[in-house]
Amino acid sequence: MVNGVVPRLARGMALLLASVVMALLAAGALGPTAAASGQEESVRGRLEERTADDERHPVAGVRVFVEGQGFVEETQTDENGDWLIPVPQPGSYTVTLDEATLPDDVVLRDPDDNPWSGDVRSGRSQIVRFNLGEGLTRETSTINRVIERTAVGIRFGLLLALAAVGLSLIFGTMGLTNFAHAEQVAIGGLVGYTFAATMGIPLLLAAVLTLLAGCIVGWTQDAGLWKPLRRRGTGIIPMMIITIGLSLFARSVLQAIYGSSPRAFPHRSDVVALGPTRLTVNDYISMAVALVLLVAVAYVLLRTRWGKATRAVSDNPALAAASGINVDMVIRGVWTAGAGLAALGGMLLGLSQQVSAQMGINMLLLMFAAVVLGGLGTAFGAMAGALIVGIFIEVSTIVIPTEIKNVGALAILIVILLLRPQGILGRRERVG
Amino acid sequence: MDWNLLVANAFHAALGLNAIAYAIAAIGLNVHFGYTGLLNFGQAGFLAVGAYGTAISIVHFNVPYLVGALIGVAVAVLLALLLGIPTLRLRADYLAVATIAAAEIVRLVIGSTVYARWTGGSSGFSGAFARTFYNWNPLPAGTYSLGPVRLTADRAWFMLIGWSLVIIIALLVWLLVRSPWGRVLKGIREDEDAVRSLGKNVFARKMQALIIGGVIGAVAGIALVTGEQSVNPQTFNTQLTFFFWTLLLLGGVARVIGPVLGAVLLWLVFSVTETVLRSGASAGWVPDTLVSESQIGLVRVALVGLGLMLLMIFRPQGILGDRRELAFNVR
Amino acid sequence: MSADATSPSAPIRAQVLADVPPVPGAPKPDPILVADNVTRRFGGLTAVDVEHVEVQRGVITALIGPNGAGKTTFFNVLTGFDQADTGSWTFEGASVAGKPSYKVAQAGMVRTFQLTKALSRLRVLENMRLGATGQRGESVWRALLPFLWRDQEESITERAEQLLSRFKLDHMRDEFAGALSGGQRKLLEMARALMSEPTMVMLDEPMAGVNPALTQSLLGHVKDLRAEGMTVLFVEHDMDMVHDISDWVIVMAQGKIVAEGPPEAVMANPDVIDAYLGAHHDAPVTEAEEQQQLAEIESDIEAELSAPDESPATEPSTGGSS
Repeated sequence: MVNGVVPRLARGMALLLASVVMALLAAGALGPTAAASGQEESVRGRLEERTADDERHPVAGVRVFVEGQGFVEETQTDENGDWLIPVPQPGSYTVTLDEATLPDDVVLRDPDDNPWSGDVRSGRSQIVRFNLGEGLTRETSTINRVIERTAVGIRFGLLLALAAVGLSLIFGTMGLTNFAHAEQVAIGGLVGYTFAATMGIPLLLAAVLTLLAGCIVGWTQDAGLWKPLRRRGTGIIPMMIITIGLSLFARSVLQAIYGSSPRAFPHRSDVVALGPTRLTVNDYISMAVALVLLVAVAYVLLRTRWGKATRAVSDNPALAAASGINVDMVIRGVWTAGAGLAALGGMLLGLSQQVSAQMGINMLLLMFAAVVLGGLGTAFGAMAGALIVGIFIEVSTIVIPTEIKNVGALAILIVILLLRPQGILGRRERVG
Repeated sequence: MDWNLLVANAFHAALGLNAIAYAIAAIGLNVHFGYTGLLNFGQAGFLAVGAYGTAISIVHFNVPYLVGALIGVAVAVLLALLLGIPTLRLRADYLAVATIAAAEIVRLVIGSTVYARWTGGSSGFSGAFARTFYNWNPLPAGTYSLGPVRLTADRAWFMLIGWSLVIIIALLVWLLVRSPWGRVLKGIREDEDAVRSLGKNVFARKMQALIIGGVIGAVAGIALVTGEQSVNPQTFNTQLTFFFWTLLLLGGVARVIGPVLGAVLLWLVFSVTETVLRSGASAGWVPDTLVSESQIGLVRVALVGLGLMLLMIFRPQGILGDRRELAFNVR
Repeated sequence: MSADATSPSAPIRAQVLADVPPVPGAPKPDPILVADNVTRRFGGLTAVDVEHVEVQRGVITALIGPNGAGKTTFFNVLTGFDQADTGSWTFEGASVAGKPSYKVAQAGMVRTFQLTKALSRLRVLENMRLGATGQRGESVWRALLPFLWRDQEESITERAEQLLSRFKLDHMRDEFAGALSGGQRKLLEMARALMSEPTMVMLDEPMAGVNPALTQSLLGHVKDLRAEGMTVLFVEHDMDMVHDISDWVIVMAQGKIVAEGPPEAVMANPDVIDAYLGAHHDAPVTEAEEQQQLAEIESDIEAELSAPDESPATEPSTGGSS
């Protein structure tokens, strides 16, 4: 009985892997290769202020000194915050940042960073990082802080919802906890970056293309891997472990192609000062896109035939199958749409933060938190959960350090699992 | 290709620090998943508290090495209790999400600047905190040769004690799982309601299993600090847990020797690929960019990912497993 | 009055209940299990609402009723596998209400499940050994010192082998339990329950899914339990079986106990006929209903397989459709 399935599965796997790798390679070929550092040794870096909500603003006009091997040189950062000082030979050097030349509201996040000392190896351009953050000079009242953080939280929550809907639907229809969903988000961010930043495609068109690319990845995955496994009767826990393997594999392939350093979209837009909020035009467009798509998902689920079938399968797969619903088709659709939405969510998140191969895994647990909070398997629960998680994380930074803001969300996840594992919108099922 | 180098590297990888620590950690995971059916995706968290508990108490509180190790173990027991009380009543896949979240919380907290005074923040800290351990070394100082393999006295001492520890832990686990206690665990793995209906306190047994597997994980963390003489929060990321899963599934779940065999094989594969890639690079048929330190790490992760998928699809029972058992593994 | 080893034969036993009035909640001469005001609600639906019921010691009592009557839920509540919203119940005079299921089992009330729970990847003999209570080697510390429990293990094994040969499973002792047929699993489950030397055995649909050839032998084993002085309470759909082996019948409908009495009396009782043939048919009427029932059973099996842990998020996996 296994004989017939194994070759089909092997073929499916090969098809899947080949197409994923090809798609990534194609995208990677278009992506910028790591900046060639030239033959000579140098030290370089980029000065960026990282705000509490992880946005990065370049800091220009800051003086940087290099000293060592009997050599002294200084330079200023350019408008992108970049600086580079060639040094005459390999060896150990000390790099100092002139803190007096920093803007008033920007400070070093860790004073120990300055000065930096270390080795410059032969033929290498040594990167020196100084992490900058918001200074304390920007004083605002608590209520304004809450409003500002809430706005950022809503933006993050909407994008998180977009990314997490697929995770929830896949759990609902297959019972599968899909760890590889993180990589759908990362693929979206990186492919979107390739379209919009490298190829110069207008942002909205790039977003549409990213959505489509995500759909294709989702469709291929189900066709090449999950459907054959379902047909083979693979248990849900082995499948879960397979998603972990896929996640590790896809992430390292992505990182091999795009490198490990995060990249920021070059698209800057004006800040719209609405009361104390400081969201940009791009943020508002992202939020609008996310909202429209989430409403569309809701409409599809509630009003269309396919949507009703999806809910029926989530409710009771056996009953749905018995009443003539093609469960495989529904699951295929969920994979396709879920992966597409996740990819778009990844791109939109990348617009305001940065994109990297790690971006998905970094937020996977937040997606889980959203999905569990809302009630596993219910799309609406995932949306509500994502908004709550987003707002909670951002508002909590008023009292807890930004760098451990996710800890709060994860702790909430565990508490929810304990108190109300069916989530806020889930329902308890009854016996008999 | 330099065969001597290949053999020497393979020896150090397959029998060295990492293989020892991974084998111990995976034995703990085997108690969780293999015998009790607990989906623990946060084993890295147990290693982290073991490693940091030991390192911090030795460095900041000047306690003797063994006391430090005991503190590391005690912290792991505490973590198991904290984690177990809320989550052991949950469905298996919820437990997976809860344990992975708990391990991430541990990693984020020890890596944050808030507690950097104790933990060294994102860059961790190093120090000669295991000096006592190496002072116990009865082997005369110097370098030992075994064919192409060279070992310092300290390395040899570490491997000697490390593998003795692996054997002792494996023996203890073997004694445990073939006892009536182990029978209850296996029953819980199959169907905990059935075990409950026979008058067994399922929650207490699951908690015991969680603590024992977690303590074994902490011992792996302590082995890691003793060998490395440094700690870094990045070591204990989620990927580490998934490496343990891969080698456990490779060796064979619910087999006492499975995780040990899996750890040795995993590191053998890592080492051989790395050596082959490197000599390929110097011979010119592998691009240089593929063998930089970070790329080698990537190749490992990709191998583990692919290996995990292929194992689960084509040989879920691992090397030592019994295919027949799998026929009933409907879960 | 209480049963002892030299127990009288079945007809005499039935006489014990001869003076009991056939009305819901009737007092019994020597009740082993007494329940009062037990309710269990799911959302707006009251699955169980039992005012008072007593189960006589040493006889076979059947709990019957149409689909959805709350029999399995009542069973789950009594054995600690589900939490009641209100109510109290005592087993051998001591309250077991709200006690965790393993304590109920330790008290001597051991149950089986509608969907058999053979521990698949344990061998048949290990399944049996697991059933024994008070094992010294089940403590984690003593587990490490085999000489402390080896003797006990040997006597447990001996008892297990006796039971296995009585249930005609001795030739399978070294097989994985997962390799047994459906009927053999039922037998194994019953034998395993007996390893704990219970005073009362609760059987949830012991005949469900059993090959007709095995039915007679299963019936024989149930009767043997009574002969050995155990009390049996079982949930069943099969009227012939109820008629054949039970000394007393309790009828549930819509969560309440609607009738009680000896089998013949109950089956002639108009209330019972109403309960069965009124709105609820036990047998499916239309093809759609049959499909629905099939799907429900399937989803129950699925819930069973995917959620073996006791989680409030899913229906307790012991839940059946009755």
